[in-house]
Amino acid sequence: MKQDRYTVTRNKALTPEVWELRLTGDTSPITAPGQFVNIQLEGQFLRRPISICDWDGDGLTLVYKVVGRGTERMACLKPGQTLDLLCGLGNGFDVSQCGSRTLVIGGGVGIPPLYGLAKALLAAGKTPVAVLGFNTKSEVFYEEAFRELGIEVIVTTADGSYGEKGFVTDALPADYGYFCACGPLPMLRAVCQRTETSGLLSLEERMGCGFGACMGCTCQTASGPKRLCKEGPVLEKEEILW
Amino acid sequence: MVDLRVDLSGIMLDNPVIPASGTFGYGQEFAALYDINCLGTFSFKGTTQDPRFGNPTPRIAETPAGMLNAVGLQNPGVEKVVAEELPRLRQIFRKPVMANVSGFSVEEYAHTCALLDREEQVGWLEVNISCPNVHNGGMSFGATPEAAARVTRAVKAVTTKPVYMKLSPNVADIAAIAQACEEAGADGVSLINTLLGMRFDLKSRRPLLANGTGGLSGPAVFPVALRMVYQVYEAVHIPVIGMGGVSSAEDVIEMMLAGAAAVEVGAANLVNPYACRDIIQDLPRVMEKYGIRSLREITGGAHHG
Repeated sequence: MKQDRYTVTRNKALTPEVWELRLTGDTSPITAPGQFVNIQLEGQFLRRPISICDWDGDGLTLVYKVVGRGTERMACLKPGQTLDLLCGLGNGFDVSQCGSRTLVIGGGVGIPPLYGLAKALLAAGKTPVAVLGFNTKSEVFYEEAFRELGIEVIVTTADGSYGEKGFVTDALPADYGYFCACGPLPMLRAVCQRTETSGLLSLEERMGCGFGACMGCTCQTASGPKRLCKEGPVLEKEEILW
Repeated sequence: MVDLRVDLSGIMLDNPVIPASGTFGYGQEFAALYDINCLGTFSFKGTTQDPRFGNPTPRIAETPAGMLNAVGLQNPGVEKVVAEELPRLRQIFRKPVMANVSGFSVEEYAHTCALLDREEQVGWLEVNISCPNVHNGGMSFGATPEAAARVTRAVKAVTTKPVYMKLSPNVADIAAIAQACEEAGADGVSLINTLLGMRFDLKSRRPLLANGTGGLSGPAVFPVALRMVYQVYEAVHIPVIGMGGVSSAEDVIEMMLAGAAAVEVGAANLVNPYACRDIIQDLPRVMEKYGIRSLREITGGAHHG
């Protein structure tokens, strides 16, 4: 984890509610896909934790949904502005644990960290298959980005306005050896019920500090209390107590 | 050269800055970021007799210039703290540490304090009789002078270390509680714990916190904390540790002028993990600006002429 300043180079809407923010700065604290940053925003006391979608030697990409005051402020950021970030927080996806054919299953704004994961899986010589679920056609984002990786991509919408009609669990392919998922809790639960292999899940909780000090985001697991900001946000399927 | 040292019940601190309990764990997360030996000391995570998971989540909500928390004293229990956390702490911190203790009965307070009294690195006991996030528990002991005195006497009977009673602001007369602690033998008092608050979600029309209520901290509470430290300083003869929304070197000095012998920093650590280090580094500059040569000489300065 490192505190540093990052410069906005791009901030654009992908859908009416979902935005993509590109920042340049030191990405050396990022050690795994699924980690997050905690962003200080003017006028807000607490930082805002946002998962890292993608990163390279020059900077990182965050994809966030505007849901409240903090993310509304983020949507107003302009190129050239700088932000104070705690970067490289949390325990991300361990690619070495994943099978050769791994499903990456995302729902809505849970999808962004799976993009960095899919790239990391490819870099490790594995074959990710993306299953991306949305409510409706106007909310679809990052389908092209996943396709440009040259991987198999399945898109579902709950209302059937685009891709396959239904939830991600209605469209899971048959042959896979592992899965990684991020999305709303009911989706994660359904994914765990539907899958027979082991897998990794990225969970979400309201956070205070984001680096393990305040115990604000602790959840009970099969192996004891875990801070989602420190031991999580990625936990093993078997650890989770539904 | 300015002198940052302050005296806390016979132990000299290099400076008055003390990370507050519940915002600094047992030090490990911060030691990974900077050498925490720059601190005056720190007050470790509130420790109880038995392990506690704490409250369900959400435990955190934002407020204007602050936050609500309802963590509910999550901690591994005193035996594990003694067996695991304190040996790890010795590796990263070579100064006396402040042991923060909570309980649900007078006997439990005494039991936990007795175990921590044996630990060489524990310099002071800070006894929390004011946690607002546990039902039928901590809060009630800080709510009346009689109950506060009962806990104070029970703890004093089992330890030779200085005992600081941590007081709740959620009372009618905090000075009367402080006086009761002094009469019962407390070596000092620390205040304020968080102010009881709530927030609601407009969509669900329910409290944002799973616990319903939570404790308010951050800059929003600073003036309330200052006022209470000011009042308690006038009411007692024992040292007062001041806290509540402190986030800058200027705030530290203001809190000392109100009557604080040392100052705890809480919520600021959660927003800026380097907050305490930054405040300590900035203190000499601010002291020089206001013509302060020795920090310990300004305690209570706002009360004189």
